[in-house]
Amino acid sequence: MSFPWAKEYKPSHPLMQWLDEKLPLPRFVYNAVGAGYPVPRNLNYFWNFGILAGVCLMLQIVTGVVLAMHYAANSGVAFDSVEHIMRDVNWGWMLRYAHANGASAFFVVVYIHIFRGFFFSSYKAPREMIWLLGVTIFLLMMATAFMGYVLPWGQMSFWGAKVITGLFSAIPVVGEPLQQWLLGGFAPDNAALNRFFSLHFLLPFVILGVVILHIWALHIPGSSNPTGVEVKTESDTVPFHPYYTAKDGFGLGVFAILYCTMLFFLPNALGHPDNYIQANPLSTPAHIVPEWYFWPFYAILRAFTADFLFIPAKLMGVLAMFSAILVWFFLPWLDTSPVRSGHYRPLFRKFFYLLVIDVLVLGYCGGSPAETKYVLISQIAATYYFLHFLVILPIVASIEKPAPLPFSITEAVLGKDDQTAPAA
Amino acid sequence: MVRLFGPLVGLFFAVALLWSFGVGAIQAIREPEPTTAVQEFHLAPKEPEPGFSFNGPFGKFNQAQLQRGFQVYKEVCSNCHSLHFVAFRDLAALGYTEAEVKAIAKEWGTKAKVQDPKTGDETERDNVPADHFPKVYYAGTGNPPDLSLVTKARHEGPEYVYSLLTGYQEQPAELLKKYPDAKTPDGLYYNPYFANLNIAMPAPLADDQVTYGDGTKATKEQMAADVAAFLTWTAEPKMEKRKQTGWAVLGFLLAATALAYLAKRNVWSKVH
Repeated sequence: MSFPWAKEYKPSHPLMQWLDEKLPLPRFVYNAVGAGYPVPRNLNYFWNFGILAGVCLMLQIVTGVVLAMHYAANSGVAFDSVEHIMRDVNWGWMLRYAHANGASAFFVVVYIHIFRGFFFSSYKAPREMIWLLGVTIFLLMMATAFMGYVLPWGQMSFWGAKVITGLFSAIPVVGEPLQQWLLGGFAPDNAALNRFFSLHFLLPFVILGVVILHIWALHIPGSSNPTGVEVKTESDTVPFHPYYTAKDGFGLGVFAILYCTMLFFLPNALGHPDNYIQANPLSTPAHIVPEWYFWPFYAILRAFTADFLFIPAKLMGVLAMFSAILVWFFLPWLDTSPVRSGHYRPLFRKFFYLLVIDVLVLGYCGGSPAETKYVLISQIAATYYFLHFLVILPIVASIEKPAPLPFSITEAVLGKDDQTAPAA
Repeated sequence: MVRLFGPLVGLFFAVALLWSFGVGAIQAIREPEPTTAVQEFHLAPKEPEPGFSFNGPFGKFNQAQLQRGFQVYKEVCSNCHSLHFVAFRDLAALGYTEAEVKAIAKEWGTKAKVQDPKTGDETERDNVPADHFPKVYYAGTGNPPDLSLVTKARHEGPEYVYSLLTGYQEQPAELLKKYPDAKTPDGLYYNPYFANLNIAMPAPLADDQVTYGDGTKATKEQMAADVAAFLTWTAEPKMEKRKQTGWAVLGFLLAATALAYLAKRNVWSKVH
């Protein structure tokens, strides 16, 4: 679907006309990211992050496929093969640093993309399906990133794999056999490394498939916008090309500068030094911490330190950690306010900023050693996290008095809209 | 349904968390976690004077220093520590000629082991430039780590290596008074830069332990800084190329982004 005023693809060259009859691929591109896709004219730079996430995915696939040509998924030689890439493969060091920092960049971009969705309530009707697919992509990304981190077979790879697969052992009755089945053994070893490699290669293409659905679903209602007011007339929109291709091009440049600064000057700043020590099942690191993008969820996992209503603390932690993401699936039905944009929701906005701080605090605690003070702080922060989504959002939606909305996007941008009734 | 069960689930987790918080807080007040000798006496690594040449975005290795560091590794460290990921041929990056690299490999104390495919007998031969540094077998106290990656396998690695090598000292009387149980066991040595304060390696460096060919005075600090620089090179031999490439890439990106900005402004000037 598109708006009635969307431009139609009219190929002038006979070759393109012929192609349009046989396989209308150029028409498809034209309607997806070309002049045939009308987009609200008021999108701010937070709307760049969807494209940036797509760029990160492609970057990870390209660097990953080449790395896989040189990597050996065998617990005996995996660590050495990574060093072989770093030392002997032409530009191998750049590929590996691009891939490792690319994962971090991907998560930075996706977190901003998700929090943009929180602030502007991008999950609300008619865009629920886009949101559901997005949360699915995020879950797949977490699985992919976790398995990718195991592949270098360093100390954190091994012990991270042990801790995370150990979560499954918290499930009553079937937990232990399930964990052994997942690992193909009693501890992470060659069987686990091989299947993680296989899945780490597969999942990005599954992500790509879901991304295509995500964009398809986006093109049905069209993009949301910072006012949250739906598009009414042609003056509310501009064609995607050249307006947003130009804007995304600039955003991409800024992103690439920041990313390349990390890649070339601080390539190990986000990694853990212990992963430059080969995996050793007989030597446990002093602090086992996952990569930074898992820290908030790791803090929630560790926040449950006491059994509750006969439920073991470990099981509570695992349930809470998964629920912390699963709760996002229900957002379209938890937040019932008819107003989308946080700009027009004074009370919601305060809680939104509190959530941002809360997640940063959780992240800080999750990356710190499991000392009492960090655990106590993360318990309070995790409490707020769950209350925010499951209790506060529904209440705010029913008691809040939103600020008046502009009549249209055009009015919001230009201060007036010819379509407005004369009395207004 | 969601609005009915959602808040219930939220309250369930909230109450469970506050319960954990309460139990933990009471525990923390009743029996505060005792401080440990490590918390109080462990020191963060410090830089040598006047700092490492390779730090910072423009940092470069100092070849003379790398050669000195290699000499310290060869004469001191290599008695116990392997250098698994480095090949003799890599030493060309330190400024050695092909003939010198060949000579270093040939004269290396530990020989390369080869197995006769017909008899299974193991024999030894001289190392060649294509060989990696041979593994060092060690049977004493402790577990000397391979040093190829050590500066990347520790926080602030180069500073850590320097501080550790120069940080040996008597155990402070203050520590023994406060934590009598933390007395350094026999056979270990006190070093405040080591993770648990007690290290199995005896102080390896003493003034004038090696004689530098370039006339540099071989103080303990000088040798420690030199070998830390050498081990930074073994861990990240492509560092200079990486930074060099980085500047070229950033130069291009800055120009491209400036153009992209102008293009964006131009395109949007019609609708603003």
